[in-house]
Amino acid sequence: MRIMRQLLLAGLVLIAGQAIALIETYEFSTPELEARYQQLSEELRCPKCQNQNIADSNAPIAQDLRKLLHQQLEQGASDGEILEYMVARYGEFVRYRPRFGGANLVLWLAPILLLCAAFVVLIITLRSRSKTATGTTLLSAQEQARLQSLLAKAEQDT
Amino acid sequence: MGPRLKLFLPLILFALLAIILFRGLGLDPSEMPSALIDRPLPAFSLPALGEARLLSEADVTGQPALLNIWATWCPSCRVEHPYLQQLADKGVPIFGINYKDDDSAAQRWLDELGNPYRFNIADREGTLGLDMGVYGAPETYLLDARGVVRYRHVGVVDENVWQTILEPLYLKLVKESGTL
Repeated sequence: MRIMRQLLLAGLVLIAGQAIALIETYEFSTPELEARYQQLSEELRCPKCQNQNIADSNAPIAQDLRKLLHQQLEQGASDGEILEYMVARYGEFVRYRPRFGGANLVLWLAPILLLCAAFVVLIITLRSRSKTATGTTLLSAQEQARLQSLLAKAEQDT
Repeated sequence: MGPRLKLFLPLILFALLAIILFRGLGLDPSEMPSALIDRPLPAFSLPALGEARLLSEADVTGQPALLNIWATWCPSCRVEHPYLQQLADKGVPIFGINYKDDDSAAQRWLDELGNPYRFNIADREGTLGLDMGVYGAPETYLLDARGVVRYRHVGVVDENVWQTILEPLYLKLVKESGTL
């Protein structure tokens, strides 16, 4: 029993070692830099494994980019400078939050435009529907009188 | 729009969507244009593999050429190596970037498998690769005579890639530079 427990412990220690080896850790001079590192590494996309950001990816290129990000942050580069540096090398593709402008305007504005178009269609359909509705259900004078008497009767009953 | 036509609206929308999605099936999302296209190669100063001299971006100019990024740790590089050798034997200038590799391992590879490269830039730390936006090996860049990047191919260069994509572009560049 005791041996089993020791074996289990040894196994756990081994696994823990691997988990640490997966993603390297960096030392930052200020917590603020570390927060920016987290935010930027989640916003930058790994060029090799296209549906992961560089924080989650273990591809060699993602490791390189994390190292570079750490260096640049420690050297005092601003977020804008770092993103510009990355985009100059890997294209607009590396940003999960694309720049507002240029060809990206389509990306940013299409949802709003589509929503507006949907509203216009909705309003037009509702209007035409209410028009046909009033056209067909208009009551004659006789029916109107009967409706009133029925309503009055219903009121008395309650 | 007549009421008849309105009935067909969902069908028309479906057909449009089907065409767009079907086209999407044929696209390769990993094929991205390089950010370097139509821009000169970034400046560098790196040692030549197996030679005691420094190379810079000026060394790859003079004629249209291929710039191939390779490493001994990259299995696909071994796959494309014989074809690069064929191209070099035909007279296509090929420069190599030995990317994040060990010099002696790279030298052994060239001794054993043959050397299709005019020379190799030893990019041990991958700094030049980073500046070029390389994200894996092999990648092959087509440079014009002034050292401007005109095309990037990611993955293995084989006969199909050469004949359908690279060769037509290469011949155009050769004609432009008048070195034929």
